[in-house]
Amino acid sequence: MNNKESVLSKALSDETMDGQIATLNLGPTHPATHGIFQNVLKVDGEKVLSSEQTVGYIHRAFEKMAERKSYQQITPLTDRLNYCSSPINNIGWQMTVEKLCGIEIPKRVQYLRVIIMELARISDHLVCNSVIGVDSGALTGFTWMFIERERIYDMYEQICGTRLTTNIGRIGGFERDINEKFHTLLKDFIDGFEKRFNEFNALLDRNRIFMDRTIGVGKISAERALNYGFVGPNLRAVGVDYDVRVHSPYSSYQDFEFDIPVGTEGDTYDRFQVRQEEIRQSLRIIKQAYQNLPTEGGYHADAPMFYLPRKENVYNTIEGMIYHFKQVYGEMPYPVGEVYHSVEGGNGELGYYLISDGGRSPYRLQFRRPCFIYYQAYPEMISGQMLSDAVVTLSSLNVIAGELDA
Amino acid sequence: MESKLTNEQVLEALRAQFANAIGEEEQTIDNYLTVYVDPKSVHEMVKWLFIHDGFRVRFLTNITGVHYPDNEKGKELMVVYHLHSLENNFRIRLKAFLPIDKPEIDSIEDIYSAANWIERETYDFFGIVFKNHPNLKRILNEDSMDYFPMRKEYRVEDGTRQDKDDRFFGR
Repeated sequence: MNNKESVLSKALSDETMDGQIATLNLGPTHPATHGIFQNVLKVDGEKVLSSEQTVGYIHRAFEKMAERKSYQQITPLTDRLNYCSSPINNIGWQMTVEKLCGIEIPKRVQYLRVIIMELARISDHLVCNSVIGVDSGALTGFTWMFIERERIYDMYEQICGTRLTTNIGRIGGFERDINEKFHTLLKDFIDGFEKRFNEFNALLDRNRIFMDRTIGVGKISAERALNYGFVGPNLRAVGVDYDVRVHSPYSSYQDFEFDIPVGTEGDTYDRFQVRQEEIRQSLRIIKQAYQNLPTEGGYHADAPMFYLPRKENVYNTIEGMIYHFKQVYGEMPYPVGEVYHSVEGGNGELGYYLISDGGRSPYRLQFRRPCFIYYQAYPEMISGQMLSDAVVTLSSLNVIAGELDA
Repeated sequence: MESKLTNEQVLEALRAQFANAIGEEEQTIDNYLTVYVDPKSVHEMVKWLFIHDGFRVRFLTNITGVHYPDNEKGKELMVVYHLHSLENNFRIRLKAFLPIDKPEIDSIEDIYSAANWIERETYDFFGIVFKNHPNLKRILNEDSMDYFPMRKEYRVEDGTRQDKDDRFFGR
């Protein structure tokens, strides 16, 4: 079950050490770590022998803050977990509350959510994959794909007005319907993305230098990955086809046809390829959802008790004002009980464990943050490898500091 | 994907194996099997679920602590284990109460490597001591911190402030 020791001793015995062992700080603020986290490496020349991680540099006590905030006010906290795909976090949280309160969501809202969540997944994976390119010396793809990310952010802007930390939607749906501009942007994106994405793919896919730098680097076996709680693309790269969207479908994912790409080796190249294919599959889901988007159903559930009313209703109608105040002051009948809800985030199973005592805020809210759980496998993955490989491995794991430290 | 196991099936097998250690089942909104268990047998139970051929519960979703300051003495802290059988698509949640003056429970780090940091996090925020853990120290907070911040007696905001009254905010 546990062979941590053997991995280390193997690294030590494979090659006899000729030089002196040095200690090297990788981080906390190093351009190659893409976030604030520290690795104290023991190196022999360029070879990494062991690593000790320090995390918690941007810990912001979200779980504690959540115990004081109302359910609507927690959505902006979730933005800051995985800030590369904040809409997934937002919508995942809203669905958790909807599960607790038993709110039924119209098909149209579910499809809209699917479109937005898949757009978020594309932008998350694009950043991760292009950064693997940057860390192995190919900056072009990065700048090329940031144009695509920009297009996705423009779409968020049409829905919620913000770009990075989106605070998208409300409990029960969205705060407003999608507008004409969004339709145009989405159509343009669906039409043009694949071509531009293929150009990016061609830069790295069969690139000799890139393949040499990534194949066999940062390998992990399927058994160890499962034991370490790997999820998402990193788990699928070792060959385990676990995807929350298929295992426990939410928001009507069962309506769409898509494939779950899996790798075989569990190395950096496989993680890159799995993410590339997932981007294509996400685009496929978006196409289906947009084609079949129901015209009826509005943009939010009929749940006045829990859906924060629009400001114009608050100011102009008596019901709107009553519901607004009751929700903000916490006099709504939130059920007592607990739920666990998980969504497939950019990095895999993002879980929300919510215990409600019927009050205005959660009694306890815990986030299952995929990064935090799988990042502890990092020392095992880089022991015995070169320092430059350690950097590429780190970026291929897509460790996001915000999600790591909550 | 439907689950291949039913809650009753697993609960029955658990009761047969660990007669006295299994407490009552809690009904949950989302039909998530939730069982109260004796903290002393959590390690054994997790291991049994891991090696059981039929259940194959081999994925640790999460571990977390909850503080109930108003509970009867000896049950103030709770550890919650979320386990998942990927092959059967079945989830189980184990809950164990611990006394606040001596919150100790066996570590499951030897079964799941993932538990290493999660247990450290639970220790960091709730002060729950996981016995036989290889490296039980704070993880997200500073080492010099002398309290456990997620316990209910520590307020989010400065407790000395007079201008904010909890009554006006629902709590």
